[in-house]
Amino acid sequence: MRRIGREPQAWLLIMPMLAIMVVVTGYPLVSTFRLSFTDATLTGRIAGFHWVGWENFRYVFSDPDFGDAFLRTLYFTFVSVASEILLGVLVALLMDCDFVGRSVVRALLVLPWALPTIVNAMMWRLIYNPGYGSLNALLLQLGLIEQYQSWLGDPDLTMNMVILADVWKNYTLVALIVLAALQTIPRELFQAAAIDGAGPWTRFWKITFPHILGPLTVVLILRMIEAFKVFDIMYLMTRGGPADATKTVSFFVYQESFAYLRAGSGASYAVTVALTSGVMIAVYITLLRQREGRA
Amino acid sequence: MNRRPRPMAMFLTYLAVVVLVIVTLAPLLWLFIMSISSTRDLTSLPLHWLPEEMDFSRYAKLLTIAAHSAGEEFVFALRNSLAVAGGGTMIALVAGIPAAYSFSRYPGRIGLLYAVLATYMMPPVALILPLYMILSALGLLNSVAALIIVYCTILLPFVTWLLKSNFDAVPLEIEQAARMDGAGLFGVIRFVVLPISKAGMGTAILFALLLAWDEFFYALLYTNDIRAKTLPVAIADFAAGRATDYGLISAAGILTALPPLVIAFFLQKSLISGLATGGVKG
Amino acid sequence: MNRFSGWVAGLGLAVLAGVLAPSLASAEDVTLNALFMKQAAYSEDDIRAMTTDFEKANAGIKVNLEFVPYEALHDKIVAAQGSGASGYDVVLYDVIWPAEFATHGFLQDVTSRIPESQSAQVFDGAWTTVTYDNKRWGMPWILDTKYLFYNTEMLQKAGIASPPHTWAELAADAKIIKDKGIVKFPIVWSWAQAEALICDYTTLVAAYQGNFFENGKPSFDSGGALEAIEYMDKSLKDGLTDPHSREYLEEDVRKVFSNGDAAFALNWTYMYNMANDPKESKVVGKVGIVPAPGVEGKAPASAVNGSMALGITANSGHADDAWKYITFITSQPVQNKYAKLSLPIWKSSYEDPAVTGGQESLIAAAKQSIADLYPRPTTVSYQELSAILQKRIQEVLLGKSSPEDAMKQAAKDAERLH
Repeated sequence: MRRIGREPQAWLLIMPMLAIMVVVTGYPLVSTFRLSFTDATLTGRIAGFHWVGWENFRYVFSDPDFGDAFLRTLYFTFVSVASEILLGVLVALLMDCDFVGRSVVRALLVLPWALPTIVNAMMWRLIYNPGYGSLNALLLQLGLIEQYQSWLGDPDLTMNMVILADVWKNYTLVALIVLAALQTIPRELFQAAAIDGAGPWTRFWKITFPHILGPLTVVLILRMIEAFKVFDIMYLMTRGGPADATKTVSFFVYQESFAYLRAGSGASYAVTVALTSGVMIAVYITLLRQREGRA
Repeated sequence: MNRRPRPMAMFLTYLAVVVLVIVTLAPLLWLFIMSISSTRDLTSLPLHWLPEEMDFSRYAKLLTIAAHSAGEEFVFALRNSLAVAGGGTMIALVAGIPAAYSFSRYPGRIGLLYAVLATYMMPPVALILPLYMILSALGLLNSVAALIIVYCTILLPFVTWLLKSNFDAVPLEIEQAARMDGAGLFGVIRFVVLPISKAGMGTAILFALLLAWDEFFYALLYTNDIRAKTLPVAIADFAAGRATDYGLISAAGILTALPPLVIAFFLQKSLISGLATGGVKG
Repeated sequence: MNRFSGWVAGLGLAVLAGVLAPSLASAEDVTLNALFMKQAAYSEDDIRAMTTDFEKANAGIKVNLEFVPYEALHDKIVAAQGSGASGYDVVLYDVIWPAEFATHGFLQDVTSRIPESQSAQVFDGAWTTVTYDNKRWGMPWILDTKYLFYNTEMLQKAGIASPPHTWAELAADAKIIKDKGIVKFPIVWSWAQAEALICDYTTLVAAYQGNFFENGKPSFDSGGALEAIEYMDKSLKDGLTDPHSREYLEEDVRKVFSNGDAAFALNWTYMYNMANDPKESKVVGKVGIVPAPGVEGKAPASAVNGSMALGITANSGHADDAWKYITFITSQPVQNKYAKLSLPIWKSSYEDPAVTGGQESLIAAAKQSIADLYPRPTTVSYQELSAILQKRIQEVLLGKSSPEDAMKQAAKDAERLH
């Protein structure tokens, strides 16, 4: 049903965007790929390097610290994204109900997502402060803990506290997107189903879920990519500590390039991270297509 | 007509809503309270939940420009953030709208869009050094212009993709009618497609502004001083070395969060409908 | 459409405002870009004052100052390498970086710029800050080490007549204070996973006369180096050290001490006057300072070399002017003038009443400590070494590993580096 032809026009319209992307992102991307096969260091102008083939990548895959960071990042990604999706869907369902003040609450939901990551990281760090933080104060006054805890100082706990801060900020985006999708479902479908004797659970799976699956997929992929390359919040809250408990793969790249001045090696880690993201997404989309194909 | 909900269900619903509001608002409210509490209040044990005296002086401090004060640092950072977010969004729109239209109406190039979206998967940490060298060679470091250029590449993929989805939802018939009335390509875009996609535009603008406002790492490395430093970097500076005026840091946080919060709050209606009319139908 | 045009206009104005912002110094002036640190040592105001004085004495040279947190200092110097002559001209760098920076060609060799006569006038510990490969890569500026601070009132209440001279005494004193209920956790440190942790660790290594490397091989899993970490571990297990120390950096230590929540703290010079500042502290007048303790039979005191220096970047286009600036602010008169937060590098300053006035105990402690500064390893891959040690030491402090196991693992990791 779409118009076909008018090729030159189509290309012309895309030109500005392509030009910007190619010029500003193209060179660094190519440079990074190229660097990942060299042993370049940051001496002056990343000059005087040697081609080392797959050596860097071989090291990447045999590096136990990177392996740990990789698993950690996977943990962060899955736990935070799963939490966001779950909470987001639940909240969206809640918001779909009719109650007084609904539009005000809906407007409030935008706030955590719109809060800049820096402010979010800083805010939670203050809340988690071991000596004076409000979380400690609250839990103590409620009698839930006996003494002030070191929320960001215990390696077993820290990652989860960072996840909490991240989920708090991002689940509302999921909620809003799902809510938007929910509001396009014709009410008659539910009524018809109810008349046919379908219970709430069945109604959810057969009617609601298929309608929100599309947008949910999109936001899930988005959040997965962002979670996998997470950096800002770690940089500000914990700088990778304690005892490397929050050192994610992006931190690795950061360390290799800036702390150890190994540009080539850093690039190889970066490429690995990007490819992993790609694979995860490809797998997910394939599974989804299969599911759609079956249903 | 809707079923009359049972009282128990209504009670649970309202309870859930109350919990939701508390969870959503509490941290932000606390941030605000911290910004008007004295350090003494904040470091006493047990914690004073409400300050003995409300101290708004931090806001005054941050918003007055005395040479080399926190205020100067903050106000200039605010200006820079506004310029960078505004500029980046504008360019993203100018380049994104035609591109989105093309992807929507002339199929076959969609692979390009996905390729561009894929660049989003690279951690910024990886791209930052080669880009640094180009910018420095051009003498663009520590300039608002440099950040605008770099941010465009972050904003463009999103904006284009969001707009394309919205344009897809604009019925072809209206467009064809306009064409038959003699409208050229740009006329069609400007007078037919855009007005119908206002909600989608709102969503795209909101996403772009928020993404740009939020960006930290590039800004940290590409800017040095008040000529180009943006708010996120300024905040990180304030909180550096775990400096001890929690109130000031909190106030800076509130002020940094205000513009995006306000814009998002007022655009949220458009956000929802923009997303609903095919914004994220995938 | 009108609302949209409104948006466009608004955005456009914002962009114009930003891009047309005032900038550009006059073309005749030479402008130097200098990078400094935000926290600890000299305050920003001090540095600005010094710079203004320099500009007044040197018409035609302007200096742009940039202050970054210590954590970002290394990154910025590294990133600036790519910017050629438009990057920084003068940078402040840490004593642990000359090996790395010199090898990678980030700094200019200034050996020939330093007059021979100065060598004897400045402390040896200061010169090691800038020396690598028998060349000098800058001028020392911040001569610093960690001292033992103690709350005089608390010691008095506990009946302790004089501050501890050995680490064993410190532990004993802390126990007395804790048992008497004066304060729950008498000792506070900066043990977050950062360089600050290694500074504290090195202080102890110096006291126990340990070595990081022996004959080129890592030796943190034996001798003094192992005893150092065992001390840290024990003080936690005995409840003498505040467990939150594992999250603290120097500013947190200062805060806790100044709040009266600790009896002993290890920190840099700058804390002395800030802890005595009524605007910042609740323990004014109760601040005692002595060199960090030693170990009976091994060393009388310990002092980690935490100095910093100013260097000219390799790419600077104004090397001579940059050197003028460096010489000015590292000169004796200037350093003497601002000796409240950081002590001078010049030996004779320590006899000068202008410097010693009001901080006699600090100077007394400094004289002893500065004479015996203990360096951290000067290797090109120090950053990685430090990261390895930070991680393993934290594992011990967090109870995840025993000192021997963690240090053995650290030694294994470190062997890959050479």
